[in-house]
Amino acid sequence: MDLRVRALETVLAEKGYVDPAALDALVDTYQTKVGPRNGAKVVARAWTDPAFREWLLGDATAAIGSLGFSGRQGEHMVAVENTPSRHHLVVCTLCSCYPWPVLGLPPTWYKSAPYRSRVVRDPRGVLAEFGVTLPEGTEIRVLDSTAEIRYLVIPQRPAGSQGLGEEALAALVTRDSMIGAGLALAPTAAR
Amino acid sequence: MSYASHADLGGKRGCGAVVPEREGELFHEAWEPRALALTLAMGATGAWNLDMSRAARETLPDYAELIYYRIWLAALEKLLRERGLVLPDEIAAGHSLRSAPPIERVLAAADVARTLATGTPTQRPATASARFSVGQRVRMRDGPFPHHTRLPSYAWRKRGSIERLHGMHVFADAHARGDGEQPQWLYTVSFDGVELWADASARGVTISIDAWEPYLEPA
Repeated sequence: MDLRVRALETVLAEKGYVDPAALDALVDTYQTKVGPRNGAKVVARAWTDPAFREWLLGDATAAIGSLGFSGRQGEHMVAVENTPSRHHLVVCTLCSCYPWPVLGLPPTWYKSAPYRSRVVRDPRGVLAEFGVTLPEGTEIRVLDSTAEIRYLVIPQRPAGSQGLGEEALAALVTRDSMIGAGLALAPTAAR
Repeated sequence: MSYASHADLGGKRGCGAVVPEREGELFHEAWEPRALALTLAMGATGAWNLDMSRAARETLPDYAELIYYRIWLAALEKLLRERGLVLPDEIAAGHSLRSAPPIERVLAAADVARTLATGTPTQRPATASARFSVGQRVRMRDGPFPHHTRLPSYAWRKRGSIERLHGMHVFADAHARGDGEQPQWLYTVSFDGVELWADASARGVTISIDAWEPYLEPA
Protein backbone atom coordinates (compact mmCIF):
# COMPACT_ATOMS: atom_id res chain seq x y z
CA MET A 1 0.00 0.00 0.00
CA ASP A 2 2.87 2.37 0.77
CA LEU A 3 4.09 2.13 -2.83
CA ARG A 4 0.61 2.56 -4.27
CA VAL A 5 -0.12 5.68 -2.22
CA ARG A 6 3.29 7.11 -3.05
CA ALA A 7 2.68 6.43 -6.75
CA LEU A 8 -0.70 8.15 -6.61
CA GLU A 9 0.81 11.14 -4.83
CA THR A 10 3.55 11.42 -7.46
CA VAL A 11 1.04 11.29 -10.31
CA LEU A 12 -1.21 13.91 -8.68
CA ALA A 13 1.76 16.19 -7.95
CA GLU A 14 3.13 15.83 -11.51
CA LYS A 15 -0.27 16.80 -12.89
CA GLY A 16 -0.33 19.81 -10.60
CA TYR A 17 -3.46 18.68 -8.75
CA VAL A 18 -1.86 18.52 -5.30
CA ASP A 19 0.87 20.51 -3.60
CA PRO A 20 3.01 18.11 -1.50
CA ALA A 21 3.59 20.88 1.05
CA ALA A 22 -0.18 21.18 1.46
CA LEU A 23 -0.35 17.43 2.12
CA ASP A 24 2.25 17.84 4.88
CA ALA A 25 0.23 20.69 6.37
CA LEU A 26 -2.98 18.63 6.29
CA VAL A 27 -1.35 15.71 8.10
CA ASP A 28 0.32 18.01 10.61
CA THR A 29 -3.00 19.70 11.38
CA TYR A 30 -4.66 16.48 12.49
CA GLN A 31 -1.55 15.02 14.11
CA THR A 32 -0.62 18.02 16.22
CA LYS A 33 -3.27 20.76 16.19
CA VAL A 34 -6.83 19.52 15.86
CA GLY A 35 -7.86 16.74 18.23
CA PRO A 36 -9.99 15.87 21.25
CA ARG A 37 -8.15 18.32 23.52
CA ASN A 38 -10.09 21.02 21.66
CA GLY A 39 -13.38 19.45 22.65
CA ALA A 40 -12.15 18.96 26.20
CA LYS A 41 -11.62 22.73 26.46
CA VAL A 42 -15.18 23.31 25.27
CA VAL A 43 -16.56 20.89 27.87
CA ALA A 44 -14.45 22.30 30.71
CA ARG A 45 -15.69 25.79 29.84
CA ALA A 46 -19.29 24.55 29.83
CA TRP A 47 -18.78 22.93 33.24
CA THR A 48 -17.46 26.14 34.80
CA ASP A 49 -19.31 28.92 32.97
CA PRO A 50 -23.14 28.68 33.04
CA ALA A 51 -23.54 31.39 30.39
CA PHE A 52 -21.21 29.52 28.04
CA ARG A 53 -23.09 26.27 28.72
CA GLU A 54 -26.37 27.94 27.72
CA TRP A 55 -24.78 29.33 24.58
CA LEU A 56 -23.28 25.95 23.71
CA LEU A 57 -26.64 24.19 24.09
CA GLY A 58 -28.42 26.92 22.11
CA ASP A 59 -25.90 27.65 19.33
CA ALA A 60 -23.01 25.21 19.50
CA THR A 61 -21.38 26.32 16.26
CA ALA A 62 -20.99 29.89 17.52
CA ALA A 63 -20.03 28.94 21.09
CA ILE A 64 -17.38 26.49 19.90
CA GLY A 65 -16.21 28.99 17.29
CA SER A 66 -15.63 31.55 20.04
CA LEU A 67 -12.87 29.25 21.38
CA GLY A 68 -11.26 29.13 17.94
CA PHE A 69 -12.57 25.74 16.76
CA SER A 70 -14.48 25.71 13.48
CA GLY A 71 -14.67 24.39 9.98
CA ARG A 72 -14.39 21.11 8.17
CA GLN A 73 -16.78 18.48 9.53
CA GLY A 74 -17.94 20.88 12.23
CA GLU A 75 -19.69 23.49 10.11
CA HIS A 76 -23.03 22.86 11.85
CA MET A 77 -22.59 21.77 15.46
CA VAL A 78 -25.12 20.67 18.05
CA ALA A 79 -24.10 20.00 21.66
CA VAL A 80 -26.06 17.59 23.85
CA GLU A 81 -25.68 17.22 27.57
CA ASN A 82 -25.50 13.97 29.51
CA THR A 83 -27.31 14.02 32.85
CA PRO A 84 -28.04 11.44 35.57
CA SER A 85 -31.27 10.56 33.74
CA ARG A 86 -30.25 10.85 30.09
CA HIS A 87 -27.18 9.58 28.23
CA HIS A 88 -26.36 10.55 24.63
CA LEU A 89 -24.25 8.46 22.29
CA VAL A 90 -23.19 9.53 18.77
CA VAL A 91 -22.71 7.35 15.69
CA CYS A 92 -22.68 7.58 11.92
CA THR A 93 -24.20 4.32 10.70
CA LEU A 94 -23.77 5.31 7.03
CA CYS A 95 -20.09 6.31 7.02
CA SER A 96 -17.84 8.04 9.54
CA CYS A 97 -19.27 11.53 10.15
CA TYR A 98 -17.56 12.98 13.21
CA PRO A 99 -16.99 16.49 14.62
CA TRP A 100 -13.40 17.05 13.47
CA PRO A 101 -12.77 20.59 14.81
CA VAL A 102 -13.45 19.46 18.38
CA LEU A 103 -12.49 15.76 18.30
CA GLY A 104 -10.03 15.44 15.41
CA LEU A 105 -10.03 12.25 13.34
CA PRO A 106 -12.39 9.46 14.40
CA PRO A 107 -10.96 6.37 16.09
CA THR A 108 -10.98 3.14 14.09
CA TRP A 109 -13.86 1.61 16.06
CA TYR A 110 -16.08 4.60 15.27
CA LYS A 111 -15.62 3.92 11.54
CA SER A 112 -15.97 0.14 11.81
CA ALA A 113 -18.91 -2.20 11.34
CA PRO A 114 -19.31 -3.48 14.94
CA TYR A 115 -19.98 -0.04 16.45
CA ARG A 116 -21.95 1.33 13.50
CA SER A 117 -24.21 -1.72 13.26
CA ARG A 118 -24.91 -2.35 16.92
CA VAL A 119 -25.04 0.96 18.72
CA VAL A 120 -28.45 1.88 17.27
CA ARG A 121 -29.85 -1.49 18.32
CA ASP A 122 -28.10 -2.41 21.56
CA PRO A 123 -26.41 0.70 22.97
CA ARG A 124 -26.16 -0.77 26.48
CA GLY A 125 -24.33 -3.81 25.11
CA VAL A 126 -21.93 -1.57 23.21
CA LEU A 127 -21.36 0.64 26.26
CA ALA A 128 -20.52 -2.48 28.28
CA GLU A 129 -17.70 -3.17 25.80
CA PHE A 130 -16.30 0.24 26.72
CA GLY A 131 -16.63 -0.66 30.41
CA VAL A 132 -19.58 1.66 30.93
CA THR A 133 -22.68 0.54 32.83
CA LEU A 134 -25.37 3.15 33.31
CA PRO A 135 -27.87 3.07 36.16
CA GLU A 136 -31.08 1.16 35.41
CA GLY A 137 -33.70 3.56 34.07
CA THR A 138 -31.26 5.95 32.38
CA GLU A 139 -32.76 7.00 29.08
CA ILE A 140 -30.32 6.42 26.23
CA ARG A 141 -30.44 8.61 23.16
CA VAL A 142 -28.43 7.48 20.15
CA LEU A 143 -27.76 10.24 17.62
CA ASP A 144 -27.12 8.95 14.10
CA SER A 145 -25.22 11.66 12.15
CA THR A 146 -26.96 11.11 8.82
CA ALA A 147 -26.63 14.66 7.46
CA GLU A 148 -24.13 17.51 8.00
CA ILE A 149 -25.01 18.21 11.63
CA ARG A 150 -22.15 17.14 13.93
CA TYR A 151 -22.70 16.33 17.58
CA LEU A 152 -20.59 16.98 20.68
CA VAL A 153 -21.59 15.22 23.89
CA ILE A 154 -21.03 17.16 27.10
CA PRO A 155 -20.31 14.40 29.62
CA GLN A 156 -21.46 14.67 33.22
CA ARG A 157 -19.00 16.53 35.40
CA PRO A 158 -17.45 13.90 37.68
CA ALA A 159 -17.96 13.88 41.43
CA GLY A 160 -15.06 15.27 43.41
CA SER A 161 -14.09 17.78 40.73
CA GLN A 162 -15.29 20.87 42.63
CA GLY A 163 -12.67 23.55 42.89
CA LEU A 164 -10.66 22.34 39.91
CA GLY A 165 -9.74 24.94 37.30
CA GLU A 166 -10.61 24.68 33.62
CA GLU A 167 -7.31 23.12 32.66
CA ALA A 168 -7.50 20.42 35.32
CA LEU A 169 -11.11 19.74 34.36
CA ALA A 170 -10.24 19.45 30.67
CA ALA A 171 -7.78 16.68 31.58
CA LEU A 172 -10.75 14.65 32.89
CA VAL A 173 -12.60 14.88 29.56
CA THR A 174 -11.78 11.89 27.37
CA ARG A 175 -12.45 11.61 23.66
CA ASP A 176 -14.80 8.69 24.27
CA SER A 177 -16.80 10.71 26.82
CA MET A 178 -17.46 13.35 24.14
CA ILE A 179 -18.84 10.66 21.81
CA GLY A 180 -20.87 9.22 24.68
CA ALA A 181 -18.97 5.92 24.58
CA GLY A 182 -17.30 6.73 27.88
CA LEU A 183 -17.61 8.86 31.00
CA ALA A 184 -15.39 11.70 32.16
CA LEU A 185 -12.60 10.51 34.43
CA ALA A 186 -12.78 10.80 38.20
CA PRO A 187 -10.19 13.34 39.44
CA THR A 188 -7.96 10.64 40.94
CA ALA A 189 -7.99 8.50 37.78
CA ALA A 190 -6.70 11.34 35.62
CA ARG A 191 -3.27 11.41 37.30
CA MET B 1 -31.17 1.23 -12.55
CA SER B 2 -29.77 -0.44 -9.49
CA TYR B 3 -27.73 1.22 -6.80
CA ALA B 4 -26.29 -0.77 -3.92
CA SER B 5 -24.77 0.81 -0.83
CA HIS B 6 -22.60 -1.48 1.27
CA ALA B 7 -22.26 1.13 4.02
CA ASP B 8 -25.80 1.16 5.47
CA LEU B 9 -24.87 -0.82 8.58
CA GLY B 10 -27.32 0.30 11.28
CA GLY B 11 -28.91 -2.75 12.93
CA LYS B 12 -26.97 -5.30 10.89
CA ARG B 13 -26.13 -8.46 12.84
CA GLY B 14 -22.94 -10.51 13.01
CA CYS B 15 -20.40 -7.69 12.82
CA GLY B 16 -18.60 -8.70 16.02
CA ALA B 17 -17.44 -6.83 19.09
CA VAL B 18 -16.25 -3.23 19.31
CA VAL B 19 -12.49 -2.86 19.79
CA PRO B 20 -11.78 0.30 21.84
CA GLU B 21 -8.69 2.31 20.94
CA ARG B 22 -6.67 4.70 23.04
CA GLU B 23 -6.78 8.40 22.36
CA GLY B 24 -4.01 9.63 20.08
CA GLU B 25 -3.76 6.39 18.10
CA LEU B 26 -4.53 8.05 14.78
CA PHE B 27 -2.87 5.95 12.11
CA HIS B 28 -1.80 2.32 11.92
CA GLU B 29 0.20 2.27 8.68
CA ALA B 30 2.67 4.78 7.27
CA TRP B 31 0.57 5.34 4.12
CA GLU B 32 -2.64 6.21 6.00
CA PRO B 33 -1.85 9.88 6.73
CA ARG B 34 -0.89 10.39 3.05
CA ALA B 35 -4.14 8.74 1.91
CA LEU B 36 -6.06 11.06 4.24
CA ALA B 37 -4.20 14.12 2.96
CA LEU B 38 -4.63 13.16 -0.71
CA THR B 39 -8.35 12.67 -0.16
CA LEU B 40 -8.72 16.05 1.55
CA ALA B 41 -6.53 17.88 -0.97
CA MET B 42 -8.38 16.43 -3.96
CA GLY B 43 -11.71 17.13 -2.24
CA ALA B 44 -10.65 20.79 -2.05
CA THR B 45 -10.11 21.00 -5.82
CA GLY B 46 -13.84 20.97 -6.50
CA ALA B 47 -13.51 18.06 -8.96
CA TRP B 48 -16.32 16.41 -6.96
CA ASN B 49 -18.30 17.12 -3.80
CA LEU B 50 -18.44 15.32 -0.45
CA ASP B 51 -21.70 13.56 -1.31
CA MET B 52 -20.13 12.18 -4.50
CA SER B 53 -17.23 10.93 -2.34
CA ARG B 54 -19.61 9.15 0.01
CA ALA B 55 -21.42 7.58 -2.94
CA ALA B 56 -18.09 6.43 -4.41
CA ARG B 57 -17.11 4.82 -1.09
CA GLU B 58 -20.37 3.11 -0.23
CA THR B 59 -20.67 1.48 -3.66
CA LEU B 60 -17.24 -0.18 -3.54
CA PRO B 61 -18.02 -3.90 -4.01
CA ASP B 62 -15.41 -4.90 -1.40
CA TYR B 63 -16.44 -2.20 1.13
CA ALA B 64 -16.98 -4.74 3.92
CA GLU B 65 -13.48 -6.21 3.57
CA LEU B 66 -11.56 -2.94 3.56
CA ILE B 67 -10.25 -0.90 6.48
CA TYR B 68 -11.38 2.68 6.40
CA TYR B 69 -8.39 4.37 4.75
CA ARG B 70 -8.39 1.63 2.09
CA ILE B 71 -12.03 2.58 1.43
CA TRP B 72 -11.03 6.23 1.09
CA LEU B 73 -8.13 5.40 -1.21
CA ALA B 74 -10.16 3.08 -3.45
CA ALA B 75 -12.91 5.72 -3.72
CA LEU B 76 -10.34 8.41 -4.50
CA GLU B 77 -8.88 6.31 -7.33
CA LYS B 78 -12.40 5.62 -8.61
CA LEU B 79 -13.35 9.33 -8.62
CA LEU B 80 -10.11 10.23 -10.42
CA ARG B 81 -10.62 7.44 -12.96
CA GLU B 82 -14.27 8.31 -13.66
CA ARG B 83 -13.32 11.91 -14.39
CA GLY B 84 -10.33 10.97 -16.51
CA LEU B 85 -7.98 12.82 -14.15
CA VAL B 86 -5.77 9.83 -13.32
CA LEU B 87 -6.02 6.46 -15.05
CA PRO B 88 -4.93 3.11 -13.59
CA ASP B 89 -1.90 2.77 -15.88
CA GLU B 90 -0.52 5.99 -14.40
CA ILE B 91 -0.79 4.69 -10.84
CA ALA B 92 0.90 1.47 -11.98
CA ALA B 93 3.68 3.45 -13.66
CA GLY B 94 4.04 5.86 -10.75
CA HIS B 95 4.08 8.78 -13.20
CA SER B 96 1.72 10.97 -15.15
CA LEU B 97 1.40 9.52 -18.66
CA ARG B 98 -0.90 12.07 -20.27
CA SER B 99 -1.71 15.74 -20.11
CA ALA B 100 -3.75 16.87 -17.13
CA PRO B 101 -7.36 17.95 -17.66
CA PRO B 102 -7.88 21.28 -15.89
CA ILE B 103 -9.39 21.43 -12.40
CA GLU B 104 -10.99 24.37 -10.61
CA ARG B 105 -8.34 25.00 -7.96
CA VAL B 106 -5.37 23.50 -6.17
CA LEU B 107 -5.03 23.62 -2.40
CA ALA B 108 -1.83 25.52 -1.56
CA ALA B 109 0.03 24.87 1.69
CA ALA B 110 -0.51 28.47 2.76
CA ASP B 111 -4.30 28.03 2.43
CA VAL B 112 -4.67 24.78 4.38
CA ALA B 113 -5.41 26.31 7.79
CA ARG B 114 -7.95 28.77 6.41
CA THR B 115 -9.61 26.18 4.18
CA LEU B 116 -10.04 23.73 7.06
CA ALA B 117 -11.24 26.43 9.46
CA THR B 118 -13.89 27.52 6.94
CA GLY B 119 -15.05 24.07 5.89
CA THR B 120 -17.97 23.66 3.53
CA PRO B 121 -21.16 24.81 5.23
CA THR B 122 -24.27 23.17 3.79
CA GLN B 123 -26.96 25.46 5.22
CA ARG B 124 -28.65 27.73 2.67
CA PRO B 125 -31.04 30.66 3.08
CA ALA B 126 -34.60 29.43 3.63
CA THR B 127 -36.55 29.82 0.38
CA ALA B 128 -39.61 27.88 1.54
CA SER B 129 -41.40 27.37 4.84
CA ALA B 130 -40.88 24.12 6.70
CA ARG B 131 -43.62 21.54 6.15
CA PHE B 132 -43.24 20.02 9.62
CA SER B 133 -42.91 21.45 13.13
CA VAL B 134 -41.37 20.24 16.40
CA GLY B 135 -43.40 17.47 18.01
CA GLN B 136 -45.21 16.51 14.82
CA ARG B 137 -45.49 12.78 14.03
CA VAL B 138 -44.00 11.73 10.72
CA ARG B 139 -43.41 8.53 8.79
CA MET B 140 -40.22 7.91 6.86
CA ARG B 141 -40.35 6.98 3.20
CA ASP B 142 -39.83 3.43 2.08
CA GLY B 143 -36.77 2.30 0.19
CA PRO B 144 -34.79 1.05 -1.57
CA PHE B 145 -33.65 4.11 -3.50
CA PRO B 146 -31.94 3.86 -6.91
CA HIS B 147 -29.31 6.45 -5.86
CA HIS B 148 -27.17 7.65 -2.92
CA THR B 149 -29.31 8.56 0.07
CA ARG B 150 -28.78 9.41 3.73
CA LEU B 151 -31.96 7.73 4.90
CA PRO B 152 -30.74 4.59 6.67
CA SER B 153 -32.72 1.44 5.86
CA TYR B 154 -33.52 0.78 9.53
CA ALA B 155 -35.74 3.88 9.45
CA TRP B 156 -37.68 3.05 6.27
CA ARG B 157 -41.48 3.25 6.89
CA LYS B 158 -40.89 3.94 10.62
CA ARG B 159 -42.84 6.50 12.61
CA GLY B 160 -41.05 9.15 14.61
CA SER B 161 -41.36 12.70 15.90
CA ILE B 162 -39.79 15.92 14.72
CA GLU B 163 -37.32 16.96 17.39
CA ARG B 164 -35.44 19.86 15.84
CA LEU B 165 -35.33 21.99 12.69
CA HIS B 166 -31.93 22.85 11.24
CA GLY B 167 -32.88 25.17 8.39
CA MET B 168 -32.49 24.34 4.71
CA HIS B 169 -29.44 22.32 3.71
CA VAL B 170 -27.87 21.03 0.50
CA PHE B 171 -29.80 17.84 -0.31
CA ALA B 172 -27.32 14.96 -0.34
CA ASP B 173 -29.37 12.72 -2.64
CA ALA B 174 -29.40 15.33 -5.44
CA HIS B 175 -25.89 16.64 -4.76
CA ALA B 176 -24.35 13.17 -5.02
CA ARG B 177 -25.93 12.70 -8.46
CA GLY B 178 -24.56 15.99 -9.74
CA ASP B 179 -28.05 17.50 -9.87
CA GLY B 180 -27.10 20.63 -7.94
CA GLU B 181 -27.73 21.55 -4.33
CA GLN B 182 -31.56 21.55 -4.29
CA PRO B 183 -31.65 22.70 -0.61
CA GLN B 184 -34.35 21.10 1.54
CA TRP B 185 -35.46 21.52 5.14
CA LEU B 186 -33.45 19.34 7.47
CA TYR B 187 -34.94 17.87 10.65
CA THR B 188 -33.83 15.71 13.53
CA VAL B 189 -36.41 12.93 13.76
CA SER B 190 -36.46 10.70 16.82
CA PHE B 191 -37.79 7.16 17.10
CA ASP B 192 -38.67 5.04 20.06
CA GLY B 193 -36.31 2.05 20.12
CA VAL B 194 -39.21 -0.41 20.06
CA GLU B 195 -40.59 1.22 16.88
CA LEU B 196 -37.33 0.30 15.16
CA TRP B 197 -36.40 -3.00 16.75
CA ALA B 198 -38.22 -5.92 18.32
CA ASP B 199 -35.21 -6.51 20.60
CA ALA B 200 -35.64 -6.08 24.34
CA SER B 201 -32.38 -4.09 24.30
CA ALA B 202 -34.20 -1.29 22.49
CA ARG B 203 -36.41 -0.44 25.49
CA GLY B 204 -35.65 2.91 27.07
CA VAL B 205 -33.68 3.88 23.97
CA THR B 206 -34.43 6.74 21.60
CA ILE B 207 -32.67 6.82 18.24
CA SER B 208 -32.55 9.95 16.11
CA ILE B 209 -31.52 10.61 12.54
CA ASP B 210 -31.13 13.85 10.60
CA ALA B 211 -33.52 13.72 7.68
CA TRP B 212 -34.29 16.03 4.76
CA GLU B 213 -37.93 16.89 4.12
CA PRO B 214 -38.31 14.63 1.04
CA TYR B 215 -37.66 11.65 3.35
CA LEU B 216 -40.75 12.48 5.42
CA GLU B 217 -44.49 12.27 5.13
CA PRO B 218 -47.13 13.05 7.76
CA ALA B 219 -47.86 10.02 9.97
